Amino acid sequence: MSDKDLGTYRPLTYYQMMEVSLRELLVEKGVITEAEVERAMGEIGARGPERGAKMVARAWLDPAYKARMLADGSAAAEELGFEVPGLKLIVVENTQDTHNVIVCTLCSCYPRMLLGIPPEWYKSRNYRSRVVREPRAVLEEFGTRIADEAKIRVHDSTADMRYLVLPMRPAGTENFTEEQLADLVTRDSLIGVKR
Amino acid sequence: MAAVADRKVVEARFKPGERVRVLKAAPIGHVRTPWYIRGHSGEIERICGAFPNPEELAYARTGEPRVPLYRVRFAQKQVWPDYAGRDDDLIEIEIYEHWLEPSK
Repeated sequence: MSDKDLGTYRPLTYYQMMEVSLRELLVEKGVITEAEVERAMGEIGARGPERGAKMVARAWLDPAYKARMLADGSAAAEELGFEVPGLKLIVVENTQDTHNVIVCTLCSCYPRMLLGIPPEWYKSRNYRSRVVREPRAVLEEFGTRIADEAKIRVHDSTADMRYLVLPMRPAGTENFTEEQLADLVTRDSLIGVKR
Repeated sequence: MAAVADRKVVEARFKPGERVRVLKAAPIGHVRTPWYIRGHSGEIERICGAFPNPEELAYARTGEPRVPLYRVRFAQKQVWPDYAGRDDDLIEIEIYEHWLEPSK
């Protein structure tokens, strides 16, 4: 059979095969049910950056919460009812003179429980290899120009920590509610490639 | 919760602010110390806690005893000779204790 005969069919890769086998075994042995798997997949797929955005909006409104969040990100997430099991969250704050950006050069470590599935570019070799050594150039490609007045802190998420950027609160939002503020917070600003 | 790492480290060898150097080693197997930072000196930014050793976990061993994990902060200009940015731009990386030695 030539490649042409296969049409759009692609055989499962080794890891896809492993996933299917393991899942079917777990279902067969009654450890989990198909319905549970589907529900979990749906939840993961539907999750966006709302949780991270809510933490940021709360921090913008409540200086005491912000202080707790910068001291212990995991505890601050749990305070709002968001579990971050098995790892520790570190929140880094953008200011007039410091801009933070997050990467995982080794793989694609990402605070999924707060931001959902990472974007493709976050996992790309291009982003991972370049943002550590030419962050200003990479940020410019995202349309983010960091003036020379600000230093850049790149955080390489290589081990057990996960990171969230606390962006600067936009001007003119003095009368906004927490919900309105949360709506302004984008996924990219929580990774640090946008303001 | 058993999976959550200890939030305090009883016996961390280094303190925040201390100068350390990342070993310039190339062991075989799974390691989580990026290649580009090996051999470079930086400063302890914070102690993260003690975690199972990933170099053991990767081979289905327990990873015990736990290893202190640090965030180490490096000057970009020292890491990349051709770095285009400010002198005080930083790269901060999580490094396990057995990859660090004291530095001036």
